[in-house]
Amino acid sequence: MELKKDIVGLGLESSCDETSASVVLNGKRILSNIIKSQIDLHREYFGVVPEIASRAHLEVINKIIKIALREAGVKFSGLKYVAATARPGLVGSLLIALQSAKAVSYSLRIPLIAVNHLEAHLYAPFLEGIEPVYPFMGLLVSGGNTNLYIVRGIGDMELLGRTADDAAGEAFDKVAKYLNLGYPGGPIIEKLASQSKTKKKLFPKILADSTDFRFSYSGLKTAVVNYIKKNPNADKAGIVYSFQERALEILARKVYKAARQYNIKDIVIAGGVAANGRLRVMLHEAKAEDERLIIPSPVLCTDNAAMVAGIACKYFYADITDDLNVDAQPRV
Amino acid sequence: MKKEIITRSEQETFNWAFDLGASAEQGSVFALSGDLGTGKTIIAKGIAKGLGIDDEITSPTFLMMEIYEGRFQLYHFDLYRIDNLEELDELNFEEYWFGDGVSVIEWAEKAGSRIPDNITKIALEWAGDTERRIRIEYPGN
Repeated sequence: MELKKDIVGLGLESSCDETSASVVLNGKRILSNIIKSQIDLHREYFGVVPEIASRAHLEVINKIIKIALREAGVKFSGLKYVAATARPGLVGSLLIALQSAKAVSYSLRIPLIAVNHLEAHLYAPFLEGIEPVYPFMGLLVSGGNTNLYIVRGIGDMELLGRTADDAAGEAFDKVAKYLNLGYPGGPIIEKLASQSKTKKKLFPKILADSTDFRFSYSGLKTAVVNYIKKNPNADKAGIVYSFQERALEILARKVYKAARQYNIKDIVIAGGVAANGRLRVMLHEAKAEDERLIIPSPVLCTDNAAMVAGIACKYFYADITDDLNVDAQPRV
Repeated sequence: MKKEIITRSEQETFNWAFDLGASAEQGSVFALSGDLGTGKTIIAKGIAKGLGIDDEITSPTFLMMEIYEGRFQLYHFDLYRIDNLEELDELNFEEYWFGDGVSVIEWAEKAGSRIPDNITKIALEWAGDTERRIRIEYPGN
C-alpha cells in the first residue's frame, strides 16, 4: 500500500545497447525494470553500431514504457518525476530516452531529471537494500568505461583514475573477436577461461609498478596478439584464462589500494564487467575484514533504467531538476 | 609521396606521430589502418600531443568519435565496429573531414572507397613484439 508521501518515478535509459524503462518507489524499491537488449541485432557486427542502436531504441521505447507502468501497477498520473540518461553515450541513442522523458515531463507537468549514466551505475546497490556510506569508492568497469571514483554525495564524484586507452570490457570484446569467439566477449571469455586446463601466466601484470590509479588495456591486448602470432596453435582456453587473470587483477589491486590510501571502507563495483564471476572471487579474496565490498546483482550491473529512476529520486528530493531544453552529451 | 619506416618502440612511434601533429594544418586527415595492437591509438595520441592537446586520448571504439580541443579541433574516429559502407554512410562522418579541424581515422580500411584520396594514409604492420613497419602515403603527387 502506497502512502501519500511516497514518490513514484519513471526512469528511461537508451545510452547504448539496452532500451529500458523502470518504475521505482522512493528511489529504493524497484516496481518494474523492463530491459530490451539489442545484443542479437549487434552480434553480427561484433559491437554496437549507433545507427542501428538509435533506430531500435525508437521502435521499442513506447512499448517498454507501457509495459513498465503496467507491471508496476502505476498510471502516468501516479508519477511524480521522470528521468532519463542524458550523458555520456552515443548521442543518437541517448536522445531517444531523453526526448521521450521530456514529452512525459511536459504533458504531465512533472519534473524532468537528466541523469549521468556513470553516477546511476554506482547507485545500483541502493536499489537492493544496501546503502553505501559516503564517501565510498566506486569502480565503474564496462565496455565503454574503466573509471575509479570517490563518490562523496549526489553529483559529487572525484575521478581518481581511468583507462589510458581501451576500456576493460572493450579489451574482452576485442580479444574475443581476434580469437573468433563471438560477442559479447566478457561472458564468452569467462566461460572458456574456466575450462582451461592450464593456469600458466602467459602475460605480464598490467602497470605492475604504477603508484597511481590509472588503468591500461592496450599493452595486454598487444601481448595477446603477439603471443598468438608466435603460437598460432596455442590452446585458446589457456590464452583467455591468462588474459582474464591479468585484465581483472589490476582492477582488484587498484580499487583496494585507493580505498586504503583514502581510508574508505565501502567499495562499490558496477558496470557490465562487475558481472564477471572471476572478478567477484578476486575482489572477495583481496578484501580486508573491516572493508565492505558491494557488487550489485548482475541485472543491475548492466545498463538498466532502475538505476536511472533511483538516482533521480535523490535529485528530486534535493529539488534539483532540469529544463526541457537540456541536451544529450557524448561525454560527462 | 610514399615512405616506409620501422619504429622499434611505442615511444618511437609516438614521437614520429608527434611530428605529424605538430605540422598538421586545418583540414588535414590521417587515415590509420592496421591490425589489432599495431599502435593506431599510439599514433592518435602522438598526433594529438603534436596539436597541443593535453587531454588524454583514449580508444574511441565505444562512442566511435571523440572531439578534443587543441591548436585545431581534433576529430578522432574509430571505425572498428563498422562492417558495411551503408552503416558508415548513415553516420555522416565525412562532414567533419577537410573542415576546420584535424581528423584521425582509426580502422580506415573499414571505410574502403569512402576514404578520399587527398589525405595522409598510414598503414601499420606488426614487425616484432615492439617493432612496427609504418607505410605512409602523403597527399598530392
